[in-house]
Amino acid sequence: MDQIETLAEIAHEKVVFPEGLTLDCGRTLRSVTVAFRTYGTLDAARANAILVCHALTADQYVADTHPLTGRAGWWSNVVGPGLTIDTDRYFVICANVLGGCMGSTGPRSPHDDRPNEPWGHDFPPVTMRDMVRAQKKLVDHFGIRQLFAVVGGSMGGMQVLEWASTYPEQVFAAVPIATAAHHSAQNIAFNEVGRQAVFADPDWHDGEYWRRGATPARGLAVARMVAHITYLSEQALTRKFGRRLRDAGSLTLLDDRFEVESYLQYQGSAFVRRFDANSYLSITRAMDFFDLAAEHDGDLARAFAGTRTRFCLVSFSSDWLFPTSASRQVVNALIRGAANVSFVEIPSDKGHDAFLLDEPDFHRTLAGFIAGCAEHRGLRTRAIS
Amino acid sequence: MRVDLQLIAGLVAPKSRVLDIGCGDGALIDHLFRTQGCDARGIELDMALVTRAVAHGLPVMQGDADTDLVHYPDQAFDYVVLSRTLQAVERPLEVLRQMLRIGAHAVVSFPNFGHWYLRAQLLLKGRMPMTNSWNRMWYETPNIHPCTIQDFFDLCAAEGYVVEQWLAVDDEGHRAPWRRFPKFANLFGEQGLFVLRRG
Repeated sequence: MDQIETLAEIAHEKVVFPEGLTLDCGRTLRSVTVAFRTYGTLDAARANAILVCHALTADQYVADTHPLTGRAGWWSNVVGPGLTIDTDRYFVICANVLGGCMGSTGPRSPHDDRPNEPWGHDFPPVTMRDMVRAQKKLVDHFGIRQLFAVVGGSMGGMQVLEWASTYPEQVFAAVPIATAAHHSAQNIAFNEVGRQAVFADPDWHDGEYWRRGATPARGLAVARMVAHITYLSEQALTRKFGRRLRDAGSLTLLDDRFEVESYLQYQGSAFVRRFDANSYLSITRAMDFFDLAAEHDGDLARAFAGTRTRFCLVSFSSDWLFPTSASRQVVNALIRGAANVSFVEIPSDKGHDAFLLDEPDFHRTLAGFIAGCAEHRGLRTRAIS
Repeated sequence: MRVDLQLIAGLVAPKSRVLDIGCGDGALIDHLFRTQGCDARGIELDMALVTRAVAHGLPVMQGDADTDLVHYPDQAFDYVVLSRTLQAVERPLEVLRQMLRIGAHAVVSFPNFGHWYLRAQLLLKGRMPMTNSWNRMWYETPNIHPCTIQDFFDLCAAEGYVVEQWLAVDDEGHRAPWRRFPKFANLFGEQGLFVLRRG
């Protein structure tokens, strides 16, 4: 694979919180920056805000052109004027997570003690709750007392659960999609393969690759390839590629490529252009550490005790990374607290990624839940011109 | 909305907490919320119906009456409704116990297998009866525990449940007030509708 140019510096929309943030690990970041995008208009009562939480390798560019890839935002089929999350009606916020590499404080930010260098792998370990605390600062910054809804899939769903548990009064409705209250051993195992691939890259330089102007691109690309397989189902891979060969020449060890191979390699190399290796390690670690039950003495129901938030959980039938059973575990914990829960498993053969794709049943479910919540919340429909 | 569901809605006090088991597309809980200000929620086995209900903004979750009621805390609801489903669950006794654990009142409706027309079909033809309520062949019916109104009275007595109200209902779900006596109801009622509480 070709050596890739290092990440470009981009001016993201951001807020700096000079008071800093004390993390779950006990260390304190002296100052915290949260990069974000917003869509739509905050109403006078500041009651129509929907926070969208992004997944592991996504970022705040949820519904507009990505500044690095030039491609449409990762949820531009869901968030926008007249769409499922209607920006004519709602004020949508999406923040780059703490530990990310798209403008929020993370391993690429200046080191607290050595401002001329990035944190690199010295960046303190962050947790889902730390990420949510940073988002809370942004929400407070907008003067929003209660979010109308917090929505997110995969790792974003973990943040939704953490929001509903840590700030229950500030979340009117919560939509955790294709997610779980903790990473399974299998999930951790896949993440570890990815991390080991990064460590094994000769350009890794013990995490200080930036000193050499290098990027552990091959390792990071392999990590992305492994992860990408877990996002798809066997049916989806078969439908897309089957066992087709890219060129049907003679059989050699190195040259012949299955289409699925070149697809994965493309995914890997595209990823390296927009993601920092240390960020990838920070965030996958945060996902692996996440265990909402453990934060509440091993009882998941206690995480939501007495909650008044309205929940809608969604899983996809062919998702083996975050299977329906993981969603149902959360549903049952919520029910133990007599919480208001909707739960739907969407039949789909697209695997974990289904929440990003065109799944009309999912979009109808999400739109209906949000509309029902708006009615209960007493949000008036704004006339759309 | 189905006529029998309107009848059930009439039995539920305004502003109460209601769980509708086997809620279908959520018509009853929608009605209870809109007309009586109830905090009404549903459980439904059929995912297509669940999706339709949630897409209409109704709080419904996919679940199975036989296995999922155990997760609810004691006395979480004022009413737990099970309409036309008792005969299709695997463990009707356990489902009724759970309903009266998680709710102050259980509202149960079921098609009456003691109706004269069913009796006549079995007696005269020697075949499993077919009516509007019992409308599938014996080998494909989801109804695995048919019972009669009289059976249900006996069950309530054996389990120590208090029958607060009961009605015999015709096939459309209309109240049948002249069937006041259990024996008449058992012979002429197409469906039974009961409101129970623990003794």
